[in-house]
Parts: sequence; structure tokens; C-alpha cells
Amino acid sequence: MIRRLWLRFVQHIDVPLLAVLLPLMLAGLAAIYSASGQDLGMVMRQMVNMSVALLLMWAVANVPPQHLARFALPMYLLGLLLLVGVALFGEVSHGARRWLHVGVTRIQPSELMKLAIPLMLAWFLERREKTLNLKDFATAALMLLLPVGLIVKQPDLGTAILILASGFYVLFLAGLSWRIMLALFLAGVASAPVLWSVLHDYQRQRILTLFDPTQDPLGSGYHIIQSTIALGSGGSFGKGWFKGSQAHLDFLPERTTDFIFAVYGEEFGLLGNLLLLVLYLLVIGRGMIIAIKAPTLFSRLLAGSITLTFFTYAFVNMGMVSGILPVVGVPLPLISYGGTSVVTLLLGFGMLMSINTHRKLVQT
Amino acid sequence: MNQRTELKNHQQELYYFSIRLAIGGVFVLVLFGFLVARFVYLQVVEHEHYETLAENNRISIIPVVPNRGLILDRNGVILAHNYSAYTLEITPSKAGVLEETINGLAEIIDIAPRDRKRFKKLLEESRNFESLPIRSRLNDVEVAKFAANRFRFPGVEIKARLFRHYPKAELASHAIGHIGRINDADLEALEENDDMANYKGSDHIGKLGVEQKYEKHLHGETGFQQVETDAGGRAVRVLSQRPPISGSDLYLTLDSRLQDVAEKAFGQFRGALVAIEPKTGEVLAFVSKPGFDPNLFIDGIDPVNWDALNNSPDKPLNNRALRGQYPPGSTFKPFMALAGLELGKRSPSYTISDPGYFTLPGNSHRYRDWKVGGHGSVDLHKSIVISCDTYYYGLANDLGPDNIFNFIGRFGFGKKTGIDIEGEVSGLLPSREWKMKRYKQKWYAGDTISVGIGQGYNLATPLQLAYATAILANKGVAVQPHLVRSILDNKTGQTATMPLRIAGGQPFKEENLERVRLAMIDVTLPGGTASRVGGGAPYLVAGKTGTAQVIAIKQNEKYVESRVAERHRDHALFIAYAPADDPKIALAIIVENGGHGGSTAGPVARQILDYYLLGKLPKEVAVTEEDAAVEESDHD
Repeated sequence: MIRRLWLRFVQHIDVPLLAVLLPLMLAGLAAIYSASGQDLGMVMRQMVNMSVALLLMWAVANVPPQHLARFALPMYLLGLLLLVGVALFGEVSHGARRWLHVGVTRIQPSELMKLAIPLMLAWFLERREKTLNLKDFATAALMLLLPVGLIVKQPDLGTAILILASGFYVLFLAGLSWRIMLALFLAGVASAPVLWSVLHDYQRQRILTLFDPTQDPLGSGYHIIQSTIALGSGGSFGKGWFKGSQAHLDFLPERTTDFIFAVYGEEFGLLGNLLLLVLYLLVIGRGMIIAIKAPTLFSRLLAGSITLTFFTYAFVNMGMVSGILPVVGVPLPLISYGGTSVVTLLLGFGMLMSINTHRKLVQT
Repeated sequence: MNQRTELKNHQQELYYFSIRLAIGGVFVLVLFGFLVARFVYLQVVEHEHYETLAENNRISIIPVVPNRGLILDRNGVILAHNYSAYTLEITPSKAGVLEETINGLAEIIDIAPRDRKRFKKLLEESRNFESLPIRSRLNDVEVAKFAANRFRFPGVEIKARLFRHYPKAELASHAIGHIGRINDADLEALEENDDMANYKGSDHIGKLGVEQKYEKHLHGETGFQQVETDAGGRAVRVLSQRPPISGSDLYLTLDSRLQDVAEKAFGQFRGALVAIEPKTGEVLAFVSKPGFDPNLFIDGIDPVNWDALNNSPDKPLNNRALRGQYPPGSTFKPFMALAGLELGKRSPSYTISDPGYFTLPGNSHRYRDWKVGGHGSVDLHKSIVISCDTYYYGLANDLGPDNIFNFIGRFGFGKKTGIDIEGEVSGLLPSREWKMKRYKQKWYAGDTISVGIGQGYNLATPLQLAYATAILANKGVAVQPHLVRSILDNKTGQTATMPLRIAGGQPFKEENLERVRLAMIDVTLPGGTASRVGGGAPYLVAGKTGTAQVIAIKQNEKYVESRVAERHRDHALFIAYAPADDPKIALAIIVENGGHGGSTAGPVARQILDYYLLGKLPKEVAVTEEDAAVEESDHD
């Protein structure tokens, strides 16, 4: 009886995926514990965040993909509406308008879009599956660019890039022709000067700083200088847990959130970094297997996009901390402190699990 | 067959998808490969370099605070500058028991109870790792004494710092404002504007007035030194540096000598004065009396001085010129007269017979003139010269609230002038919509009547009154008033003059302006309500007196100044521009509880005009109470 209940409970959990996610989250807790100066309270809070996220993941995993598809349009429209709301009535914090007050709490609608975009585009392209043509791709691209534009405007370049990437992956996997991608790429290069003029001063500064961090050692260059020192001084095997001097001497900014990788890399060294990359690769590999096995175009595109977006998170964050990408506010997936990001990520993995575990039911 | 094609299609589709996904996989591996390469570079190849940086010789970056820009008047007289001096500073987190440390310090260096209180207040407002000043301006002996005893006081240091100083103290304090220590609210604002980096090392920020508004220009760019430090944190050598760039110097539109004449002219009276050059909008004098000494605020004001300033019934911290709202009273009449002429509701020859009151048709309520029995027959000219209320009751009724709102609005009433300091209030020019919104009531004919003589709901700041007068002097063209004339950028060495900002406005008809001007000139000549202003002057002054009631007088009561407590006496108002034929200065004066416009505010105006137009300094500086009392009969 209990056994049957248990089986019922775990029936939609993808065990291999979960088996990689859990060690990743454990590594995150370990890094937070050290980065916060051994603040157990912070670790506990993150554990609560993770538990909530896992529960939500389980819930989503139990929803069949065809039901998930039904949420695509409403979620997308709601997200769009909220983004417009932010643009009009949003609360300004740190010079950016990202939050919207809803009754007692405030929400960040761009977070919703991270899931709504792959859902929406995958759903839309599946509906056009039989007659998929250039016009459909153009429509999908428009659906993507509308919210991305609003988010760039906030301004939240990091989130905009992630959402743009997640949408692009759907289009790419759906077979967007190489010629068009090349054309878009060239158009992008050609319009770079225009984009440059639209960027906010601080965004430009961050890109300039990337090429020469010493230009602005008190501002954004400071982050990069300090985080590369942290990583570099970690060496092959790291200084050991709690022993990172950069992290603990207050040299590192945002060291429990966006820059946690510097703490991790200083304390666990190259070995730790490679281990982390391997864990990420395992997650990505499992996601790709789920995508390939997925029975419908919708679920294939969704699974592929979620997987590649997860990779993008990890790459952008580690690239930023190690100084090969500009500083954009992207947390290190499953490692950085913060509830929103872990919930969004695990909701995505819940969808992967749903796709994988409902496969047989669809086929029969 | 059909099914087979579909299956085939499905197979093909899956095949394409797999290829795309595989490409995605390669993309992932390549980019992760970059990361691995970067990690190897940082952590293996360059490991020693970074280890050295992190472990043995830590690099620290020391911000070098720039000199704050100077503030000067239009003639280059310094109003705010910096000087270097020593301060004794305590870092609470390193100092052990604070009370003991301070007591110990007090044995070798003079520390007044005032210093202790101020320190306590700073401590409450700051975070622990900041170093806070306990004594400033140490002399050489004190520095030497502390140096000899330094070992006894961990966490206490002597620092050479730049201090802001306002050499003219109270002069124009409400316009210049002051700086103060950066508090949490300032930090938040800096963070929002992404300015934190530039304020590393800065302790102070503009809090009020020009110091606040032009913070961006005044602050300058923080430089830095990248230094190698030993294990003890002492700088071993400088690796690289960028010198700071001093903030820009501000040249104000104020004329500090004119300002001085104006402030002294107020004597013991409270009030405000704003003088503007009509053609340029340059604010020549900006007075709010009493003022305060901005030097007190720089390092946190001590509680004794704070209480004295904050609790004084004279409210010296209140910027009356910018934020004081007064009914414009009879100074409203020239604008109303022009409205009557421009909108064709009055001709210059139109004459009323004034019985001393006005009644609305079908209503027995009497709107009384200030003069019992009335002024006899009154035309437009006379209505301004002797300030006839009855004339304007009727005119207001004929114009109606909408015309008044639209026309008078062109003079900037009811709107912020947009002057370049923070905190301006907008006054009030009432309209039907406003009343409905504010009181949920419709507009009554009676409301219009009192608005017509600048009473009722009307409210204006002295700045607005001066602005309106400047617009009138400038024939209807509004030039936004401003306090900063030019900015000297210390980086480029170039001076940028602030552009004129024409706020709008079409010129009025010359003949109508002439009518009002002639009447306003007669106001300041013998026979007018401000005969002391223009009498005997070699230039012509166009002016208008006014009175703003402080307490309401009941329908059957008479206001007798001597019976009313000093603080309940009427405020005296006066507006003027001169020379009347080619205005170089327009001003508005409010003398609180000064009685009638002509008697107290008028003489202040005369001193300013004499100084500004003739360079003549007043022989005897202040108007006295007696002066005002003598002219009691000279009513508004």
C-alpha cells in the first residue's frame, strides 16, 4: 500500500535528472555557507527556497505536456500585460524599473517570461507544424522580440539576453534556416553601432570595462578585478572550504548571489570548477536525451529550449565572473542564493520531467 | 500509404531535430571549452601571479577624493570654498569601548560636550566600519599631543581633510544651501543613479540649495591609487593611479553685495525678497529672513544649535522665498488690470463710482473696499494708484474665473517657476476644476470676487511674485528664473553659460502695457501708496503695494493694527520693476507682519534699487518698527 503510494508519488520524477540536480544544489548550499561567512540562517532560507522549488517541480512534472501547452497562451499574454504594467507603473529600484506591486507583494514579470516564452513559441510552432513556413517564423520572432524589448527597456540586459536566447533556441531547433540566421547575424553586426547608442551609460561602461577592467577599478571593473584574483588565486585544487581570503576579506561584491562562483572557484580550485562543469553537462545531456525522445514537436522544442537556456545561464555567469563576458546580473543556476531563480529553474526541469514521464502514455 | 508518408515525415522531422540538437550540443561543448581554457589560464598558468596578488601583497584601491567645486557670485566673490585641516576620527568597530576612548582623548585634547553629542548622533546614523569625526580643525599642538599618545588609542586617527566653508555664513544661505554627511537616503539615491563608485571616499554630499541641485557638477571625479599593501594593510607602493578631477566651479546669478544690502534692509523683520533680471531670468538677490549659518550643518549639526534653529518661532530654516505661500493681495491688481485691457473687458477710460463696497446682483453681501466710504470715481489708472478694491471686484466678476485662471496663469501663478533648486512649491491659482477636486464644490460668483484682489484661495510664493513681475516687465515673455549663471569645468577649463530658457508667452499689446506701467509708476510717486519708493529717485519705478491678511477680519469688524498681536499683523507686500522704461531689475518683497506694503516693504525696495541702479549704499541700514508705525495712515 505504502509502496504503491510511493510509486505513485515518484512516478513522474525523472530519477537521472534529479540525481544530478540534488548534488548541484548541495554544492550551492556549501558555497552559500562559506560565502555568507558561515551564516546558517542563510543556508536554511535557501533550503526552504529549494524545498518549495522541488515541490513545484514535482507538481509540474505531474501535469501532462498537452496540458502544459494549454498554459502557453494565457501565461504569455499575462506576462506581456504585466511587463507593460511594469513599464507604466513599475517600481524603480537600483535605477531599473523591474518590479510591479501587486497587493501586498511585488513581482518581477520578466521572471514569468523565462518560462512563458519557450512554452508559447513551442506551442505556436506546433500548431503550424504541418505548414511551417517563413511567415510563421517571423510571427514567432515578433512574439519573442516584444517582451524582450520591454525588458531591455527596464533596463535588465541580463534577463533580456536569457529570454532572447530561450526563444531563439526554439526557433533554431524548429529548423530556422541557416541563411536567415546568417542574415540576422550580419544585420546584428551592422546595427551594433545603433544598439550601442541605445544602451544605458552603465551598460556601455560594463562592456568597455570588460576589455580593460583597470579603466574603472572603483566601479564595475572592481568586480572583475576582484573575481579574477579570487579564481586565479584558487589554483588547481583550491584553498579549501572557508579558506578563500578574497571572499572573506570583503573584496568580493555580491558574493552570495551573482559572484558566488568566484568564492566557489577560489575555495575549490580548477578541480572544483571542472566538477561543476561536469555536473552541468550531465544536466544538459539528460535534457537533450529527453528532448530527442520526446514524442511531439511541442515537447521536443520545449525540452530543447529549456536545456539550452539552462546552459546559457551557467555559461553567462561563469563567463562574467571569470572575466570573458560583461557583467550582467545573471545568477549561477542552482548555486547562487535566491528563491526566484531556483524556482524558475526547477519549474523548467519539472516540465522536462513531465515530457519524459508522460511519453509512454501518449504513445499508447 | 498515407500513414506511411506521415510516419516518414515524422522520421525525417525527428532527424532534422536531432541534427539541430546535436549542433546545440557542440555549441555547449565549445563554449564550456572556452570556460575550461579560461579557468586553466587563471588557475594554473597565471596562478602564481594571482596568488601573489591575493595572499602576500594584497592590492587595495584607495579612492582619492576630488576637490569640491567653488561657488562664487556673479562678480567672482567666493561664497563656498574648501580648506584643508586636521580632524580626529574614530572608527567605532576598531576602537573598543567608545566611552573610554573618548574620555581618554578628552584628557589630551579639548572635546566639548557639543562634540560628544554630535558624535553620538553621527554614530546612530552610520555603520560601524566608517570612521567618524569627533573633533575637527585641530591645531598643531593638538596634533602633536595626539601623535605622542597615539599608541593608547587603537581605531583613532588624525586625518587631513578638506572642509567646506561658507565665508559669508548666513548670506544667501537659502539659495546656496549646504553640504552634509552622506546618509542612508543619499546612499540609496547614489545607488539608483549608479554613482556609488564616484563617491567611494566621499563623506559629504549637497543637501540643500545650489549645493544639492548642482551636486553632479560640484562633486568632481574621484581618482584612485592602486597600491600594494603589506599584511598590515600599509601601502607599500603605488602601482597605478588616476588623479581626481576637481568639481566644476559655479558662478551664481546672485550679486552678493546686492544680497547683503537686501538682507540688511530687512532689519529685524522676517520675510523674503527675490530680485530677477527680467530679460535673462537671472536671480540677482534671493532672500529669506531670517537665514541660518550653513557652516553648522557640514559635519552634522549639534543638538543645541539644531534645537535653536528648529524650534525658533522665526523658523529660520524655512525657505520663505521658495516655499512660503502668501496671498498676493493687491499686488495682484496690475495683472488683473492688464487682463481687463487685453481681454477687452475694460477700457482705460471706463470709470466706476465707488461707494466703498461691491455687491453681486441679487445678493446683499457687501464686499468691502479697504477705504470706508470709497474712493469716489475711479478709472483704471486710479484703481492701481490708490489700490481700489471695488474696481477689481467688478472687473473680476466681469472676467469670470476661467478668464482669470487662463490669463493670470501666463504670469506663472499656480505653477512652479522651475528655478534650479529643489523644494519649490507651486502656490495656488484657483480654478473651477481645482475647487471641485479640492472641496467637491462648484465655483461660486463670490469666489471670483475675492480672487480679483489677490485674496480668497490665491497663494503665491515670493519667487512666483518676482517672476510674475519680471514677466510683466518683459512685456509678457517669461524667462525661467535661475541661480546659476555659468559653470567652469575644471577638467576642460571651459566655462559654459547657462542657456536662457524662455518659458513661453506672447508679448502683450504695447498700449495696454503702457497704461499699467504709467499707473504703477504713479504708485511709487507722491500720491501713490508707495510714495517713498520713487520719490526723489533719478529713475522711474513701476510698483504695486499689497497686504496679506494673517487673521480673518469679520464682516463688521475693523482691522486696527495696534490692537493686533505682532505675529498676527498683516504681511506687507511690494512688487516693482525699474527703470520703468527699460527694466533691469524686477523684485517682490514680503515683510511678514510688516503691516502695509508701502510702509515697510517699500523702503526695502528703495535701498535695493538705489544700490543696484545707482551703486548707492544705504546710509542707515534697516527699517525699524518705528519707521513702520509712523506711516500707519499710508494704507494699502
